[in-house]
Order: sequence, then C-alpha cells, then structure tokens
Amino acid sequence: MKLTLKIWRQAGPDAEGAMHTYDLDDVSEDMSFLEMLDVLNEKLIERDEEPIAFDSDCREGICGMCGLMINGDAHGPEVTTTCQLHMRSFSDGETITIEPWRADAFPVLKDLCVDRSAFDRLIASGGYISVNTGSAPEAHSVLVPRDDALRAFNVATCIGCGACVAACPNGSASLFMGAKITHLGELPQGQPERDNRVVNMVAQHDHEGFGGCTNIGQCTAACPKEIPLDVISQLNKDLRTAMRHGH
Amino acid sequence: MPDTTSAADASRNAELDGEYDDAAGYYTPGEPIRDTKAPDGPVDQRWSTRKFEARLVNPANRRKLSVIIVGTGLAGASAAATLGEAGYRVKSFCYQDSPRRAHSIAAQGGINAAKNYKEDGDSTHRLFYDTVKGGDYRSRESNVYRLAEVSVNIIDQCVAQGVPFAREYGGLLDNRSFGGVQVSRTFYARGQTGQQLLIGAYQALERQVAAGTVETFTRHEMLELIVVDGKARGIVARDMVTGAIETHTADVVVLASGGYGNVFYLSTNAMGCNVTASWRAYRKGAYMGNPCYTQIHPTCIPVSGAHQSKLTLMSESLRNDGRIWVPKNKADCDKDPRDIPEEDRDYYLERIYPSFGNLVPRDIASRAAKNVCDEGRGVGPEVDGVRRGVYLDFSAAIERMGRDGIQEKYDNLFDMYERITGENPYEVPMRIYPAVHYVMGGLWVDYDLQSTIPGLFVTGEANFSDHGANRLGASALMQGLADGYFVLPHTIRDYLADGPFEHVGDDHPAVVEARESVQSRIDHFLGNNGTRSVDSYHRELGNIMWEFCGMERTEDGLKKAIDLIRTLKDDFWRNVKVLGEAETINQSLEKAGRVADFMELGELMCIDALNRRESCGGHFRGESQTEDGEALRHDDQYAYVAAWEFTGDDQPPVLHKEDLVYTAIEMKQRSYK
Repeated sequence: MKLTLKIWRQAGPDAEGAMHTYDLDDVSEDMSFLEMLDVLNEKLIERDEEPIAFDSDCREGICGMCGLMINGDAHGPEVTTTCQLHMRSFSDGETITIEPWRADAFPVLKDLCVDRSAFDRLIASGGYISVNTGSAPEAHSVLVPRDDALRAFNVATCIGCGACVAACPNGSASLFMGAKITHLGELPQGQPERDNRVVNMVAQHDHEGFGGCTNIGQCTAACPKEIPLDVISQLNKDLRTAMRHGH
Repeated sequence: MPDTTSAADASRNAELDGEYDDAAGYYTPGEPIRDTKAPDGPVDQRWSTRKFEARLVNPANRRKLSVIIVGTGLAGASAAATLGEAGYRVKSFCYQDSPRRAHSIAAQGGINAAKNYKEDGDSTHRLFYDTVKGGDYRSRESNVYRLAEVSVNIIDQCVAQGVPFAREYGGLLDNRSFGGVQVSRTFYARGQTGQQLLIGAYQALERQVAAGTVETFTRHEMLELIVVDGKARGIVARDMVTGAIETHTADVVVLASGGYGNVFYLSTNAMGCNVTASWRAYRKGAYMGNPCYTQIHPTCIPVSGAHQSKLTLMSESLRNDGRIWVPKNKADCDKDPRDIPEEDRDYYLERIYPSFGNLVPRDIASRAAKNVCDEGRGVGPEVDGVRRGVYLDFSAAIERMGRDGIQEKYDNLFDMYERITGENPYEVPMRIYPAVHYVMGGLWVDYDLQSTIPGLFVTGEANFSDHGANRLGASALMQGLADGYFVLPHTIRDYLADGPFEHVGDDHPAVVEARESVQSRIDHFLGNNGTRSVDSYHRELGNIMWEFCGMERTEDGLKKAIDLIRTLKDDFWRNVKVLGEAETINQSLEKAGRVADFMELGELMCIDALNRRESCGGHFRGESQTEDGEALRHDDQYAYVAAWEFTGDDQPPVLHKEDLVYTAIEMKQRSYK
C-alpha cells in the first residue's frame, strides 16, 4: 500500500505545532498502525529527520498507553486500541490524518504524546477502597453475587487510555470516572466510601479542566473496551444520593 | 506420581565426570555464595521465624526513613502502597505515563493460592511442592515455601480492594485448574487477571499518593544506581519529558523493574520493558542470578513481516483441541492449507510423541516447531527468507464439537487472532510459533530479597529467586504480589532499623560520579553521528539471541553468539545514530541506552548458558537430552544458582555458585512418560 500521512508535529509543550505530510510506500496490511509509524520513523532517521514521538507499550490492547486521533476518530475507524488497529482497515492511496488526543486536560508533550496524569489524580481523589495491607478479612467472609461481580468486572476493564475524553466534544472524563465509580459501587467492599468517592472524584474532575457531560455518547462509541454509557447514569445517581446524604 | 528418582540418573551423570568446562576462558571461578538470611529449622517455620527476628521500626521514626522503588508493576506498586501505609516516605518511579500501565497488566491467566476452596487436596505444602518441581529443582526451597504460605493472604487482600474475581452463583470465589495442575487453585478475572490485580495495587498506591506518603515520578527512567560506602543510597533518573538528569537519594532502594525478555527484540513483553535498572545495579556490584533462564511459549501469533515489533501470546489451552501440522513437502508451504490433502500433512508432534501428541510440554512443542521451520517446512509469510509458523488446525474439532462448541470455548481467542492476522480461524487453520515470554533469571537476592549490595532490594520478575528454571502458569502474579505486599515490607524494616542513616547530598562524590556517567553516555549517543538506527541494532541482537540462546542452546552456537554480540556491540558504540536533543522526549535516546545494556546482558546470558551443560526447565542444552529428546538434568553437577559478578568492561565475569539444598523435598528427574 501507498499512503499519504498528515501528522501533527509539535516540538514541546509550549511550541507551536503544525501538520506535516509524509509519503510512505510498501505498507503491508499485516502491520499494526503503530508498526506503520515505526517504519516511517526508520525512514525519517535514514534521512536525518527526527522520528515522530508517539506513546505505546504493551501493543496488545491492554496497557492503555497508545492513543491517536486517526482521521478524527479516537483510535481510528475500528472499536479497538491504536496498537490493535491494522493497516488492512485502510486502502491503498489513502490520506490519513494523525493527531494527538485533543482535550484541555491532556496537554501535548511532544508530537503525538499527551500528558494524561489527570487520570491518576482522579483515581487518587477517591478511586480506591481503603484497606491496608494485611488487614483484609478472609476472602470468603464477604459473599458477592455472581452478577454483581460480573458487572463490576465488565466496567473494571477500562484501560485508562483517554479515548473517551478525546472523543468527547466537551472533553469530559465522565465515562472513565463512571466506570470506576460503578466498579467499586457494585461491590460490598466499596460501600463504606461510596458517597465520599463520588463527591471527591467529581470535584477533582472539574478541577482538572475536564468538561461536563451532556450525554452525547461519543465516549462510549470510541471506547476500545466498550464501557457502557450507563456508568455515567450511575455516576449521576451516586452523586445525587451523596448529596441527599448531606455531602 | 510420574517421577523417577534421581538415583536412576546416576549412570547418565557419569558422562559428565571429567574436567571439561564449556565456558572455561569466558569467566573466572569465584568463591561460593550463600544465603545467610533464611533461618534454619523446618521449612514451614522459617518465615515466621524471620518475621519475628526482623527488627521493628517505631512508627514515629518511619517518617524519617525514605525508600525509592523503581517500577510500578505488581511487585513495585504493592510494595509502594504497603510501605507508604506503614509510614515510610516512598518515591515510586516508572517509565510509563502512569503506574497503571506496567506490563503486569497484560497477564491473562490467573493467580495461584493454596486456599483449598475446592477441598481437592490442595495445601501450602502441595503448592510449594508443585512450584519447586515445576522449576526443575533450580529454585530455593525456603523462598518457594514462603511464596506458597503467603499466597492465601494475597487473595484476601485483593478481594478487599475490590478486585472483581470470578464468582460462583452462591457468591463464593471460583477457581480453575491451570497449566496442567491437578488441583483448582487459580483465581481469575476472565482473561484479564493481571489487569485487575494491577489496578488494585495501583489504586492502593494512588491512595497513598493522596495521603502524602508516596510520591510518584512517571515518565522517569532510572539510569544509574548510587552506591555510597558500599550501600545503595539512590538512583539517577532521567525525566523523559524535560530530559532533566535528576538524582534521588534515599535510605534504601528497591528494584521492581520487571524482566529482560526484550533482549530478544521480539517477545511478548511490552515495548518499553528493559534491563537497564537491573544492569546498572549489576555493574555496581549486584550479582546476576541464572540470567540464561528464559521461558518460551509455544503458542504465539507468528511474525508477519520484518516490520514486526512484538509478539502476542495465544492461550496454550488451544492445544487441547487443535492439531498441529506442517506440509510434508516444502513445495506445499505456500499453498492454501485447505488444498493440502491429509496424506501430505505432517502432524509432527503426534508422529514423534505419540503418547502426548499435541500436548507435549512447552519446551518440546517449541523446539519441534523451530526444527520443522528450519527444515524449510514452515508456513505463513516468508520473513528474512524463512517461513516461521506451523498450523494449529481446528477443523477436526469443529467437526466434532460444532462451530458453536468451539466458539463457546475459545471465542475471544479466535477473535483476537482474527484481529491481528486478518484470517478467520474457523475457516483456515491458525498459525502459531513460539515466543519469549518471561525470564526466570534476575538479580541475585537473599531470603530478605536483598541483593549483594546492602540496601538494594529486588522483587518480582527482576529477581531470580522463586521460579527456578521454569515458571509455571499463574505463579508470576503470585510472586509479584507476595514480594510487594507481604515479604519485602517485613524484611526491609530489619534493614531500616539501622537508621537513621547519614544524609547523602548531591555533592557527594558517589552521586557526582553516577550523574556524570549518565551524562556522558547521553552525550556520546547524541554526538556519535553514526549511520545505523538503534532499532536495527536491537533487531540484530535479538536475532542472535533467538538463534543461539533461544529454545535450544549448544556449545558451538553459544560461542558463536558471544563473538557476534561482541562485534555488534563494538559497532553499536561507534556507529549508532541518535537524532534530536536530550532536553525533550527523545525515544531513540531512551532506546539507545537500553540496547547498550541489552548487548552486555546478552553476552552474559550466553556465558551462563554455556556454563550450564544440562537441560532444565526452560533451558535446553542440545548436549544434554534423553534419547526421546527430553530435557536431561545433571543434579550432581548443576544444582546451583549461578550468581555472576561484574568485574569491569571487557573483563570476564566471576561465577559464584550457591548450592541448592533441599530438606523438605526430594529432587527427582521430571518425566513426561
């Protein structure tokens, strides 16, 4: 395949960025999207141009490190991570536009890399169960109905890639936050801190500069792990409950 | 029990009598090394004894003591959270943009624990026994017993954190058996157990960040260890965003930096996994234990082209129903497999190993696949002139169980395969090939998980201690969390009880020296003006390692590999090209430092493999096999841990042997008959 690639290049957080155009021949449809960028980078190095910086790590769809806007879609045209997107999803002669995640709360660090540390701070604000090591009761002392455990698992599969934020016209992290609140809220172990958790996380969310949710649904459409939109309803419900409880 | 005692092997061992040493000239023999921390006495009392004997640190003093932890996988994040809770001041470092991305997250299968919830005969002793035996009697019994002992606490801890393990309808935790084990002791969260466990540890860590006991340094890479008066006192790290070279000092340093399988370039490891933290420590005096022990999985998705960056594991359970074959004739290799008639197919595992067939052990299945591909009968795309793939064919199983039956059993694996290869495995046979998955070698540690440098502790995959020559399924996750939650916090307090420690300032000569050495490496790479990219060197190194230090090692091959690596290393330092600047994200620069260390590690792995003229677990020496092609151990010669000491660039390393003594378990030869 022959491709024309339009790629966002930005030397640093404060530098001005611009789209650059590169032609790439001999792209095999078996390449992952990131391997295609690897090949482009080798060619750039050959001609003494600095390679394009982009994030990736596990390259098997689970670590959440990769993430690009491809032709305006978070992670590209398929419902998957960028590392699991393959070039067979594109056609010969195509022009592909590649940009970093777009959101105020995810500032660009360089080229296609963004800073997602706001997600860590969101978790630190309440996305956990307070249990010190060694003080846990015997695992079978608390029963969890199978369906609750399954529901908790299904939303705990969030990989924290940030596609939901990048896809959202408001730059909201409600899907990410809702997934965590639902995961822990489904389990008996998560109940004691349930009210505090949602209140603190929502406050942190807004403090980080993520936008509000207006139920557009682009987040769930872009989510490679198919986290359902109703985690946001759960988030709102938990918030209302907490407020009723006087938070 | 399918074992024969080692007495039966006395005759085979006789052939090893004599003075030869394949690795002579490549190393210098050194004094034996011994683990002085494990208490004597019955194996089931040792951990209680050690915990009791380990000195305490008064809570008010803990906040004056500082800990650096490098790596945020299961071993690192759990240790950071636990030490933070205890009240120490913890600095946690990872090269990723978030601690949650460490490669533990990719583990699929499950985590073992001797809970005996199924009342099927499991016990701490049985988990201990299975693990020592599975490691081919090359791990330490004290450590493994402790691992089995604390395994039950891990499950309690994770459940309390909200890890959504699979449950039965009554609300109890579900278990499955895994990796050929005869009891159901594996806890799991669908195929994403590692992810859920890591998220649990990461959340516990972030909770401590909020509490102010743990400070995280993401996108930071440790590039040097600071050793003051013989003790580990800090690290030099590069902020991978700003390029700033930072020195961080502390009272104790913990390496939880994972494995080095990426020395092979292609592996199932994440792209960023590297050996640098361990290697820098090795060069500062920490011994490296059993570096040649590598686990290779037979069922990965094969390489599709020279562009390939990594390999993806497919669950081994597929071998239960798939039949493995290649064409009998080379001329058929590029045909559609469906057009190759039954009589022209070579079901080579069923042919060579009729009793086990497609279920032969991992190492045998892996070597057999390599052999048929080397003969030119591999299938799939040709990469560098060779087709490296064999068919894993489900057509008979689909006929037997129906498509729905297969779908129910393996659905997500079939989907994953199709996503990566673009082929529908219900229609055409899957293609598989072995790949590097895990390394059992790592920095040598004593029972306290302390390396030969006082104040440097090593946990998880980065140490050598618990898996012997082979890692069993669902045991790596167990070790990571055991070390971080339940072992290190006890042993490290004994060390910290010596505090308060003298302050080490940035102007201390050892700090200055460490900083300067990091700076000079960076300057060298950026000023080298060579002609070849870092990745091209890494690929070439990987090819050498895979060819000669991979599934099967021989004396000639390993010697050749050492020569090739030395030449390549020389060329790398003179000719590598790294563009860009230091004061920004520079991924080529990051990789250059790692590949430089991989080159040195690769050479040591070959020397270690050369020294060990026996086959055990994941280490297969061609010279040491039974007539049936099974791995043949030599307990009288090699029942030791090889602990290697660095002595200087281009100097032969010193080999210290730690004899493995078993008091609670009898050494037996494995047998698959």
